[in-house]
Amino acid sequence: MPPFEPRRTALIAALSLCLAIPAGAQESRFGFGEPANPEQIAGWDIDARTPGVGLPEGSGSVADGREVYVQVCMACHGEEGQGPMDRLVGGVGTLDTDKPAKTVGSYWPYAATLFDYIHRAMPFDRPQSLTPDEVYAATAFVLYMNELVPEDAVMNAETLPKVEMRNRDGFYGPDPRPDVHNWPCMRNCEPLSPEVGEVEVPTQSEIQ
Amino acid sequence: MPREVSEQEVRAVLEAERAENIRGALPLDRRQMLRGAVWGGAAAAAAALARGAAVAQTAPAEGTGNLPPNTPEWMTQQGAPILSPPYGLPSEFEKDVVRQPTDLTATATASWSFTPLQDLHGIITPNGLFFERHHGGVPAIDPEQHRLMVHGMVERPVIFTMNDLMRFPAVSRIHFLECSGNSLTEYVNPEPSVQTTHGLVSCCEWTGVPLATILQEAGVESGAAWVLAEGADAAAMTRSIPLSKAFDDALLAYSQNGERLRPEQGYPLRLLLPGYEGNMSIKWLRRLEVGPEPWYTREETSKYTDLMPDGSARKFTFAMEAKSVITHPAGGGKPLGGPGFHEISGLAWSGYGRISRVDVTTDGGRNWRTAELDQPVLAKCLTRFRLPWQWNGEPALLASRAIDESGYVQPTREQLLAVRGQNSVYHYNAIQTWRLAESGEVSNAAV
Ligand code: HEC
Repeated sequence: MPPFEPRRTALIAALSLCLAIPAGAQESRFGFGEPANPEQIAGWDIDARTPGVGLPEGSGSVADGREVYVQVCMACHGEEGQGPMDRLVGGVGTLDTDKPAKTVGSYWPYAATLFDYIHRAMPFDRPQSLTPDEVYAATAFVLYMNELVPEDAVMNAETLPKVEMRNRDGFYGPDPRPDVHNWPCMRNCEPLSPEVGEVEVPTQSEIQ
Repeated sequence: MPREVSEQEVRAVLEAERAENIRGALPLDRRQMLRGAVWGGAAAAAAALARGAAVAQTAPAEGTGNLPPNTPEWMTQQGAPILSPPYGLPSEFEKDVVRQPTDLTATATASWSFTPLQDLHGIITPNGLFFERHHGGVPAIDPEQHRLMVHGMVERPVIFTMNDLMRFPAVSRIHFLECSGNSLTEYVNPEPSVQTTHGLVSCCEWTGVPLATILQEAGVESGAAWVLAEGADAAAMTRSIPLSKAFDDALLAYSQNGERLRPEQGYPLRLLLPGYEGNMSIKWLRRLEVGPEPWYTREETSKYTDLMPDGSARKFTFAMEAKSVITHPAGGGKPLGGPGFHEISGLAWSGYGRISRVDVTTDGGRNWRTAELDQPVLAKCLTRFRLPWQWNGEPALLASRAIDESGYVQPTREQLLAVRGQNSVYHYNAIQTWRLAESGEVSNAAV
């Protein structure tokens, strides 16, 4: 098989990146746009990067989180995090079975992602309505429901990145594809057999 | 199903009614239907829509009087005037050519809808039929109040208005966009129609500013390797993009097929990463943060990672590998009218460059013929293939197999599942086989 030209190009681009960017090359600038000031940036910079860069000040306990969860999250995620909307709990030990349940407890590799996601996107019907304290609390409670932190845990920018997630080492890269190989036979070939065994339909949270 | 009455249609009707000289030129039924939808409440609207539908259905039967040797009635009177409506719409006889929703999601805002590939020709997807995948619905963004912030590891953190962005030198390029979940049902529970098996791929001419231009404007600091892209939707949809891609062919697009982006496609601004899984091309783009490492957001850990049979998962599987599908004849399309000549045609694409060849089989893979490729054949773009065929009227198994310029050959379903198992959800690109019955009906051979 011929070498993967586009992939090689991407690699070369990555390696030569520092050379490719004319650092501070004034002439090549157009000068459109306004400088972003620190206050503007602070308001929009809502992310927390793994392992926890950018987590805001504040904190929340499992006990506070239970209250937030009951009031704000339970209607969609259920008393025990089982749904009807995305399942938040369980599925440990199912990833290599034919009914994998991918949840915070079984699948998520990093705890900071949980803060980041709740902060930006939950509650689904009123995103970005919770204070950092409430998000820390909800995060603590979801982790507690998954038996990842004890009942007296308090989550903040210090403690959250230290929570050890079960599937921390479950992900690998770089992209190993092409991993499936076919040969373009033209005459008297092995016929296609599109039907492959009966299997159960996955649930919605597994599919999304 | 009654279709949505768009704002443009309503505006068109109002304008038409106001203009005395064209009164009566617009069919009464259509006017009532649209007025009903605006003022008459749900019941009136439904009744009017039903009338509209009845007209459309009975028209062909009455139409026998329009056939030779008679003079068609539409030649005996003036047609509709210009601007009916100002923003043109498809013929009413094409009203069934619409996107179709998935039935797999619990909400209609974190959901997706499919492009009707069986009804499309060529390689360009009309803007109103471009597939949808949203994680928090479609925001209604006033472009005057939209901003793009670029910050993080840059020398000059900067905020752009849309006017600022549109002053930069622009480029137009034709690229497909495919959801990494396109064909996900084929891993486990095959779907009957090409719209639901393959309809999460679409193709447009995109216009915008190269992302490299914008990053150079801000000045990327050494040590930076990734950029976080964030949308201004209710999901604040967020993905980490390698800077190598950002400096290669990434675009900040504000236009598709000549007009400004549709709201569903990220109006007023979206990222476009040619060849990469669709969700990374962040829509409603509001923020780019340059950093040293990936963020590991929920959409690149919990979702959009590929679970393997041993329980491990692949992360950052960005490019969409070569894939093809026959769109005529295809499941969900019109049955073949009978034996004789039929052109087999379909689409092929690869996130790694150009399509170099497409082979087609009509006997379930025993023998293959190489199809003709329509020009242009562009990198990371849909390519239309065609093959003339004499159908003898017997049951047949039809399939296509794409090869891209890297030499990669689209795999069979068996080969793909042997490596990936059936839990992977994303990046399904196996050969699709359609079963053609004696009746001319087409179904998914994997069902
Ligand atoms: C109105 C319903 C609703 C409410 C209220 C709600 N959620 Fe959600 N949640 C959803 C939906 C729907 C999704 C899936 C969204 C998607 O797929 O993009 C989701 C996804 C999640 C996920 C990601 C699950 C995964 O494995 O990827 C987490 C974590 C979560 N919600 C936590 C919370 C918390 C904590 C609260 C309360 C602060 C909350 N949600 C309130 C509907 C809701």
